[in-house]
Amino acid sequence: MIPAAFDYTAPSTVEDAVRALAESGEDAKVIAGGQSLIPVLRMRLAAPTTLVDIGRVPELRGIRDDGDELVIGATTTHYEVQRDPLVRVHAPLLRAATDTVADPQVRHRGTFGGALVHADPAGDLLAPTLALDAELVLHGPAGRRTVAAADFFTDYFTTALRQDELLVAVRIPKHTGWGAHYEKFSRVAQAWSIVAVAVAVRVEGGVIAEARVALTNMSAVPVRADAVERALVGSPATAESIKAAAAHAAEGTSPTADGDADVAYRQHLARVLTSRAVTAAVGA
Amino acid sequence: MTATIEPEVGRARPRKEDARLVTGRTRWTDNLTVPGLLHLAFLRSPVAHAKITSIDVEAARRAPGVVAVFTGRDIADAQGSLPCAWPVTADQVAPAAPSLAVDQVNFAGEAVAVVVARGKAEAHDALEAIDVDYDELPVVLDLRAAIAEDADVVHPDLGTNRSAHWVFDSAEAGTGGDVEQAIAEAEVLIERTYRQQRLIPAFMEPRSVLVDPTGEQTTVWSATQIPHILRLMLALTTGVPEHKLRVIAPDVGGGFGGKLQVTPEEVVALVVATRLGKPVKWTESRSESLLSAHHGRDQLQRLTLAARRDGTVTGLKVDLLADMGAYLRLVTPGVPILGAFMFNAIYKFPAYRFACTNVFTTKTPTDAYRGAGRPEATFAIERLMDELAAELGRDPIELREQNWIKHDEFPFTTVCGLEYDSGNYEAATARAKELFGYDELRAEQRERRDRGDSVQLGIGTSTFTEMCGLAPSRVLGSLSYGAGGWEHAAIRMLPSGKVEVVTGSSAHGQGHETAWSQIVADQLGVPFEDVEVLHGDTQSSPKGLDTYGSRSLTVGAMAVLKAGEKVIRKARRVAAHMMECAEDDLEFTGGRFTVRGTERSTGITEVALAVFAAHDLPDGVEPSLDSAATFDPDNFSFPHGTHLCAVEVDTETGFVKIRKYVCVDDVGVVVNPVIVEGQVHGGLAQGIAQALYEEAVHDESGTLTTGTFADYLLPSAVDLPHFDTDRTETPSTTNQLGVKGVGEAGTIASTPAVVNAVVDAVRHFGVDDIQMPCTPMRVWTAINGGPTDAGGPGGEAGGGLGSIDSTGGAL
Ligand SMILES: Cc1cc2nc3c(=O)[nH]c(=O)nc-3n(C[C@H](O)[C@H](O)[C@H](O)COP(=O)(O)OP(=O)(O)OC[C@H]3O[C@@H](n4cnc5c(N)ncnc54)[C@H](O)[C@@H]3O)c2cc1C
Repeated sequence: MIPAAFDYTAPSTVEDAVRALAESGEDAKVIAGGQSLIPVLRMRLAAPTTLVDIGRVPELRGIRDDGDELVIGATTTHYEVQRDPLVRVHAPLLRAATDTVADPQVRHRGTFGGALVHADPAGDLLAPTLALDAELVLHGPAGRRTVAAADFFTDYFTTALRQDELLVAVRIPKHTGWGAHYEKFSRVAQAWSIVAVAVAVRVEGGVIAEARVALTNMSAVPVRADAVERALVGSPATAESIKAAAAHAAEGTSPTADGDADVAYRQHLARVLTSRAVTAAVGA
Repeated sequence: MTATIEPEVGRARPRKEDARLVTGRTRWTDNLTVPGLLHLAFLRSPVAHAKITSIDVEAARRAPGVVAVFTGRDIADAQGSLPCAWPVTADQVAPAAPSLAVDQVNFAGEAVAVVVARGKAEAHDALEAIDVDYDELPVVLDLRAAIAEDADVVHPDLGTNRSAHWVFDSAEAGTGGDVEQAIAEAEVLIERTYRQQRLIPAFMEPRSVLVDPTGEQTTVWSATQIPHILRLMLALTTGVPEHKLRVIAPDVGGGFGGKLQVTPEEVVALVVATRLGKPVKWTESRSESLLSAHHGRDQLQRLTLAARRDGTVTGLKVDLLADMGAYLRLVTPGVPILGAFMFNAIYKFPAYRFACTNVFTTKTPTDAYRGAGRPEATFAIERLMDELAAELGRDPIELREQNWIKHDEFPFTTVCGLEYDSGNYEAATARAKELFGYDELRAEQRERRDRGDSVQLGIGTSTFTEMCGLAPSRVLGSLSYGAGGWEHAAIRMLPSGKVEVVTGSSAHGQGHETAWSQIVADQLGVPFEDVEVLHGDTQSSPKGLDTYGSRSLTVGAMAVLKAGEKVIRKARRVAAHMMECAEDDLEFTGGRFTVRGTERSTGITEVALAVFAAHDLPDGVEPSLDSAATFDPDNFSFPHGTHLCAVEVDTETGFVKIRKYVCVDDVGVVVNPVIVEGQVHGGLAQGIAQALYEEAVHDESGTLTTGTFADYLLPSAVDLPHFDTDRTETPSTTNQLGVKGVGEAGTIASTPAVVNAVVDAVRHFGVDDIQMPCTPMRVWTAINGGPTDAGGPGGEAGGGLGSIDSTGGAL
């Protein structure tokens, strides 16, 4: 459990970080909070030649209000997201999901950006990012580009980020006044999700006006439960209509089977948890 | 003046060892260093069963910082065969057990080579330069398949996977009737097969060993439970003479039986250090620990319980397959046999038969894990009693009471021939029911059931007993165990009046320093603070049989008490001389010898000083009060208790939540209630974990898939309920202290209480069993008419840390 030897650099600007990545070539790796990368290195499942530590780049960290959007810097820690008043008001779903990530130690070191780039299908922050129609701001040698969350996650542990790019920030459209809930199912409190459901809803006069529903660990990538959203919008916020809508939750999903859950059980959980998540979000 | 006013025994003292442990003011084995220390790293087989066709270590030998690389062949002459101290039958078969595999690997994780380097990182780096060619053999994973006619065999030279077949039959032993007759005549038969899944002891401090061969004696520091046994076994295994070895167990961070072992790594460290003439150290990583340190449990239990319609039990037949893993380690074959005497538990079975086949598989060897044989037995009988109650439509507690030994029937000789000295099952059960609110919870259960609530309530009972205080040496002899069961202690009276207690028990988290100090403070009438307990070093504590099997208080502390009696006897003679009276005129209380009917007295510490000066001693009295004693118990002790568990099962997801957990344990006289409480809490956590969370899983190629704590699920405080604990106190009559032992009670009792509760919650769906651990999927599947053992090794990667290796991670 000792990583192979590597070079280490800790730049202080985004430009220097991108340059360091480019110069170090194929085998360079960004390290943020290290909560996912360090285990990989210690188990020697990867042996990058250089680690570019982005933890000392001030502009990558922090949360700001930008009109209709919140901008969350990539190295903002889970703990900071949990505590941030802007997130509480404008993206309650993200906060609810972050509350369920790991334990306080991990939340103080792990970063929002790191969780998204790591793209673990069981990770809890992917589905909320997708549900909230966030955009990811990437910075490479050729400058910046923006990718929608729907296009960012491409496969197991794989994203649209190129080897020479850095995730610098995530832009989240404000969902002020929306009800939100993240329903996570795991065998013990501190564990990855077997299945989880992220929900944000806007209720107007007892009727669901808008709904965003995304699922964790129901495919190689987080999936949007479109059929559930369609069924919810325009329906009364009642137990029966929510349950009826949630019955569509597993449509189009392709979960894996493991010791904790086979495919049928995961799909069943998706329906049950979706119903619970929407109910909680409506009541929130 | 008087040292102790309030008795120390029974006092809820915070443990004196905690401050240094909790603040890190101690040195664990891995913290130790000596000049010129070299570091070891082991290369382990990635495959479960294969011939080693070649190992090329040349590149590793040339790697930076590397001092030497050894393969099994390189040290074949020196490493010997790892010891098994418990050949359970005369015709038991066992393979040679090299510490480093020589020609063949028999489980994934078995060590095949060791690198010695100046730095730990360099040692690990060099592992990657070793090239091993494996010619894979078929794996042997399933117990039933392993003993089938045409089974592939783990060890071709043995020609079979059956290591031993051990039988106890009450009719043959003359301790009871014929079980086949009981079965033939039974009005009700409960037949079940239960699986004790494989568990991993998961102690907190990883194993670590440091060997320094540069002195006249070679010193071995090891994170072990058994420094004394280790010294002897290392000598016998490697040929290093026993008197040239000193073994030290410094503070050790837990063991749970997992460090009741003579490990391959300890042997290799000794062999390599001796060969190089240089000190070496090895400390395992967590994943190395989960993979290669011995595992526990892993049995298949076929059970038949015979009873009359009125609920009276008439016979019990137990047929076990026990997974040894690939080798027999220190007490591997004896673990299931320890359970043989406990299946009948607290009940008056007139006929009993136990048969166990010990089976080799290509998995990590199994051995002792908290409870060792007894949790498996308790699980089986307590599950069966609930099944019998369900079959007869009886209340499970009332049915137990009908069959258990009444408090006025002690001492009671069981169908296994054990004599239970004392107990009061009625009292413990009555108290537990009261604390639990049994009737209210049953009412709520009915109400939820009638309402068809999606959350169903279940209530589980476990009225357990166990045998502690291992063990009377003659009994161990009759079971072919390779050693006795005594314990040794010595007390040294220092001239300043302070006391040193030397114990052969080897604490690794239990709190012996505190408990032994309390006992000696009372006995000698000295302040608690004036007692120092020395242990875990074969130089300062030269004799002992160490700590396991809830034996320390019942056997180890009894030896201390016996040594103390000798000290007082010696001191009495001197005190009589000092006060010019007859010995019989003296009474000893509160640390003082008082001449009966007078005010004249002398403190034992004054006697100690007088003896030190030795100016004026009675004729023929040697100038020392120091005394030693070796105590061999006459009998085991039999703690018991009633555990009640209420669970809420979410029938939509299968998730189990413990709603209430009550246990009333009777561990006899309590020396320190805080320690007892701690042992019970920790034990409950581990027993509940077997019921709901933990399982070591191997995939179809024999690879351990639960190789990190992300996959091998240990519960945290958040997952466990508040524990309502209480005690009844029926003193043991087999030892003077009246103590029974508490180290394993919680683990032994709790597992069936939880599973009984889970099954009870969903029985109305037609469920009568759910395999452990009762994962949400298993519970949900069972509710929905599926198999009771859903899940198991998954084919594809899911998410989470555990999946990183199968997908190559994020990289
Ligand atoms: C014990 C434990 C429990 C956990 N439990 C959970 C849980 O319940 N739910 C959950 O969702 N997560 C869980 N996690 C994972 C946690 O959320 C991690 O913090 C997160 O996955 C990674 O963030 P990080 O900053 O530590 O990234 P790192 O480990 O530093 O990096 C992860 C990957 O992302 C890349 N990377 C990081 N930042 C950037 C960037 N800005 N630009 C480009 N590439 C980048 C790295 O190169 C690496 O490949 C757990 C982790 C641990 C150790």
